Amino acid sequence: MFGAVRTSIPRTRRVFADRRFLSSTVSRFSADQHGHLPTTQSPITPHLEFFNSVVGGGKGIPTYRVLDGVGNPLDGAQLPELDEALARRMYENMTRLPIIDNLLYNVQRQGKIAFYMTCYGEEATIVGSAAALASDDEVLGQYREMGVLLWRGFSYDSVMNQCFGTHEDAATKGKQMPVHFGSRELHFHTISSPLATQIPQAAGVGYALKRDPLRRGKNCAVVYFGEGAASEGDFHAGMLLASTIPSPTLFICRNNGFAISTPASEQYHGDGIASRGPGYGVHTIRVDGNDVLAVYNAVREARRRCIEEGRAVLVEAMTYRVGHHSTSDDSFAYRPRQEVENRKRLDNPLARFRMFLEARGWWSAEKEDVYKAQVRDEVMKAMRRAEGLPRPPVEEMFNDVYGGEMPWNVKEQKEDLKRLLKKYGDVYEPWRTELRKYKGEGKEFLEGR
Amino acid sequence: MAGRETRKMNMYQGVRDALSNAMMRDDTAVVFGEDVAFGGVFRCTMGLAEEFGRERVFNTPLTEQGIAGFGIGLAAMGHTAIAEIQFADYIYPAFDQIVNEAAKYRFRSGGQFSAGGLTIRCPSMAVGHGGHYHSQSPEGFFMGGAGLKVRTSIHTGSCLFDIFVQIVIPRSPIQAKGLLLASIRDPNPVIFMEPKVLYRSSVEQVPIDDYELPLGRAETLTPGSDLTLLSWGTPVYHCETALHMLGSPPESLARHVPQSLRSAKVELIDLRTILPWDVETVAESVSRTGRLVVVHEAGRTGGVGAEIGAEIQKRCFLKLNAPVKLVTGWDTPVPMQYEKFYMPDPLRILDAVVETLTY
Repeated sequence: MFGAVRTSIPRTRRVFADRRFLSSTVSRFSADQHGHLPTTQSPITPHLEFFNSVVGGGKGIPTYRVLDGVGNPLDGAQLPELDEALARRMYENMTRLPIIDNLLYNVQRQGKIAFYMTCYGEEATIVGSAAALASDDEVLGQYREMGVLLWRGFSYDSVMNQCFGTHEDAATKGKQMPVHFGSRELHFHTISSPLATQIPQAAGVGYALKRDPLRRGKNCAVVYFGEGAASEGDFHAGMLLASTIPSPTLFICRNNGFAISTPASEQYHGDGIASRGPGYGVHTIRVDGNDVLAVYNAVREARRRCIEEGRAVLVEAMTYRVGHHSTSDDSFAYRPRQEVENRKRLDNPLARFRMFLEARGWWSAEKEDVYKAQVRDEVMKAMRRAEGLPRPPVEEMFNDVYGGEMPWNVKEQKEDLKRLLKKYGDVYEPWRTELRKYKGEGKEFLEGR
Repeated sequence: MAGRETRKMNMYQGVRDALSNAMMRDDTAVVFGEDVAFGGVFRCTMGLAEEFGRERVFNTPLTEQGIAGFGIGLAAMGHTAIAEIQFADYIYPAFDQIVNEAAKYRFRSGGQFSAGGLTIRCPSMAVGHGGHYHSQSPEGFFMGGAGLKVRTSIHTGSCLFDIFVQIVIPRSPIQAKGLLLASIRDPNPVIFMEPKVLYRSSVEQVPIDDYELPLGRAETLTPGSDLTLLSWGTPVYHCETALHMLGSPPESLARHVPQSLRSAKVELIDLRTILPWDVETVAESVSRTGRLVVVHEAGRTGGVGAEIGAEIQKRCFLKLNAPVKLVTGWDTPVPMQYEKFYMPDPLRILDAVVETLTY
């Protein structure tokens, strides 16, 4: 029955919407002959009419695209001002993402790291948006946005140290699972696993930017999330706050079609995430997320409006999650392998942009080979290095729970662990083996204070 | 289990079997949550959509508060709602619905309405590499938020609480199946926390028929007279290991385990239901042994161990030979690379048992 409901409602809606389109006219809505409600601008109408489309006429929201499937500009599309250097930088950033993803995915499979998430298929959305932002716009990511950090100069060593949880992991000091990156210096707030929590936070970040005389009119808050996360209450709270308490907050939805196994068709019944923007009075655009130039143009313009008007803007980038949700997931349990292969072949963001570059003589097969080999080499080097580094000192686990003085309970528990390690650290094999993984092997902890 | 047909199952299969039994007997029963239709990320709902149809087994959008509220609505209409929250770590958006709504629906309507038909399943506890968002044991939050002191309608007269939300944590496939079926049919909403590391690692011969195990009742796994060791979920196994180490310590630990303690008789109890917890069984045990060690993975402050310690101290004050000892996670978020030294493991339990026996 569930299936029946799902197929029958859109049909009914379509018929209904068509009927409305035929029977209503624009003038009827704008006619002022009956006046307005006293508290709103809503004109009074004697016609009993429902609506279920934000663009009118029962139509769906269009998708903005610049390049066609083979990298040629669409008729009427405006190319961004793009020199060879920027275009190449964008392409190179897109190209290195799957190389890093491949390596880390395989390393996880070998059991060397606990977890990993790839961004296969979403390279254009991530790099196109990163390129359109100022490097000091505040970013709040979901978890698939490593490419934004890399665009800003996050090093391979930083990536590897976080994923391997080494003592050089400045992002999380070994306290979070892999891919939970963050960097104050690069204006990228540290990833948190719970979904959508970053969205209302972004409205607060945007408001803080607006109140800061040095950053007002210069920066915005940028929040990334998936179409699944947009189902959380926090999404609605974030949109509402950023529009009601106006702040320069740029919402970027990566609509990649899946929330783990749940397809977007079971995530919402309306016209995607974009349809929600006008509900909150927010400027909105839907963009082809596999067209890096469309994403770049859309996010640049969204950012301009955001900052000039000091108001929220929503961008919904339509893309496709080519990879599994994470290393804990096997997506072929819920979608056919062929579907994924087809998408990779027919709608490949990398191939599309590469053809654009090649047509201008900005890229070639040789350049591709050289670049890929160089990235592979650098990433491997960083990985081998991180692999050999110990974890942070064992006592680090008690730090950063609180700022300022450590409260008595944590202090006493730290002492209790010290007592236990002193007593058993040398004699109990499971602990002795484990202690060797930490910087200093617990010795400083046991000898200090 | 004598004379009953059984099948070898791990814990996720035990859970799945219970769900199937519940849906078979009760047409109003529905199973829903994030990704449950394809079998769930821990495979607990595998094949249920095919067996019972997508009207009864369905994916929800990603909204924990929505899932809980939706379940309350179903339950208020007299239906049986079996919701899954994908990880206990992600239950907090549903906190308002659970604590302010599910737990108070009966009370605030003078008994006219209730959310009793709601059961919320959620994978909980640590696996060793989940960090602070895939390892939590949030039972303590609900113990404080959900308990109401009014008269009981479902428990025998000796029970002091009337609990509108109950919290249940199984340790094995047999327990999971029996306790889940009891939870689903209990007239109160239940939060059913499944220790996820046991989904695959714990295997038993599970009866295939429909059976229930009592809620609100602890189970004594090993009788003893010298110390009561109380736990639930994953650490129950660490307690067993610690007791083996106490009886015959490995050479390297021998000097830390006095000869005189090796024949100590420790009573091991699995609490199973956290709210309402079986104070009678625990107090009776501690009155005999004079010593109590409580083990849980959640941090100490505001944890379930603190609540149990306070109650037992009150009831058994004159019988106690040592302070109630807690072996818990530290008061920090679960720290990814440090989990081995964060979790109460067999050695920390052994140390606490020795200290308490020699107090």
